[in-house]
Amino acid sequence: MANVYSRIASNRNKSLVLFSLFFLFILALGYVFGYVTGLGYFLVAIAFMIAIAMALASYYYSDKIVISMSHARPLRRDEFPYLFHIIEGLSIAAGIPPPKAYIIDDTAPNAFATGRNPKNAVICVTTGLLQKMNRTELEGVIAHELSHIKNYDMRLMTMTVVLVGVIALLSDIMLRSFLWGGRGEDRGSGKFAIIMIVIGLALAVLSPIIATLIKLSISRKREFLADADAALLTRYPEGLASALEKLGKDKEPLEVANKATEHLYIVNPLKNYKGWLNNLFSTHPPIAERVKALRE
Amino acid sequence: MSEWLVWIVVIAIIIIAVALILIYNALITGRNIINNSWAQIDVQLKRRTDLIPNLIESVKGYMRHERGVLTDVTKARTSLMNAKTIKAKSDASNFLTDALKSLFAVAENYPKLEASKNFLMLQEELSGTESKIAYARQFYNDSVMSFNIMLQAFPSSLVARAFGFEKRDYFQIEETERAPVKVKF
Repeated sequence: MANVYSRIASNRNKSLVLFSLFFLFILALGYVFGYVTGLGYFLVAIAFMIAIAMALASYYYSDKIVISMSHARPLRRDEFPYLFHIIEGLSIAAGIPPPKAYIIDDTAPNAFATGRNPKNAVICVTTGLLQKMNRTELEGVIAHELSHIKNYDMRLMTMTVVLVGVIALLSDIMLRSFLWGGRGEDRGSGKFAIIMIVIGLALAVLSPIIATLIKLSISRKREFLADADAALLTRYPEGLASALEKLGKDKEPLEVANKATEHLYIVNPLKNYKGWLNNLFSTHPPIAERVKALRE
Repeated sequence: MSEWLVWIVVIAIIIIAVALILIYNALITGRNIINNSWAQIDVQLKRRTDLIPNLIESVKGYMRHERGVLTDVTKARTSLMNAKTIKAKSDASNFLTDALKSLFAVAENYPKLEASKNFLMLQEELSGTESKIAYARQFYNDSVMSFNIMLQAFPSSLVARAFGFEKRDYFQIEETERAPVKVKF
């Protein structure tokens, strides 16, 4: 029988497996591309360095960048004291220092949390969330966000984004090297070389898509994990389940959110449901599944 | 052939040493987290007793005739501050919780008091503090559970036994506290 603890363990393990798969995928790509372009592992090293440089900037300033992009303002203690108590209380239960609280003036209910580690974390809610949720639902949402911080999900997703970037760069370089013809003779002849070239081309085209799918799968597992950890924090999964149901029914999109910040929110803020294909390409699991998992 | 063997042994020793260090540090960290979280419960309890004088002050003006309830709360707070043993502290704490419940129940007869911002803020603070006491105890119990699991699971159980780490107890409540709560008016 599945309980919260086993669910937490299984989600952690799944995301670890996916992440390792990702890494192996890059190593395999590096080998194939390196062979075909004749550059060897040097290629992988360059791609890694560029991707890491890009990611470091966004990682260290993630909290400030997102806050200013979302037009959030710091929450004053006398504004919503009960919200402060909820955040502080749940932080005690989670064993992390309470994150800085921000608020977005928008009637669309939503919340997000970001920060590279619990000491530099921020949590943000919309005024719409405060209006539309009752106390236990609000506690469920906050607990979910605090669990993201506690589980270092921001750090994990940043590393994942680096890996996706590496794969995209490798594929790009690989395809360009073909366009320029160039080292055709050096590639050698014979069956192995030809097979490798075909594989290399196929991978170059497909790998960015595969990488994105893996990244999104990791993101969805971490959302399930945050749900399970939130249930453990509040010892009351029905609170979050009820909140998610309300959030699912609300069709209003959040104006300040865009594709770049979409994954941070508790539910997809863009509200652009496209049908079955959406499930593969979405950062969040479908709300019905999340509610079902919580109510078990 | 023997050179291979030497390498394997060396690597095995290094791996075991690293594992030992990691497990030992995890046990030490676990123990310190437990001690810290126990102390944090006291922080919240103290916050609650500190809020009481403000509450009495804000209520006194409105509830001039409700002497009984006010003195009950003050008495409970004093006995809590004087309590020395754990049992005395927990008894006094329960007494205080009951007295506070009666106070807030009686306050409902005074609409002017109910509307006063001061009173509402204090009510929210007290309620928030009560929740934090519960969360602090929950976190204490969670840390005890993680630590005890490490003590029993293999291979950390070997390290734990070797260095004398002992099982910790969960936060216990008195049997009387398990009875359903009665609110007296």
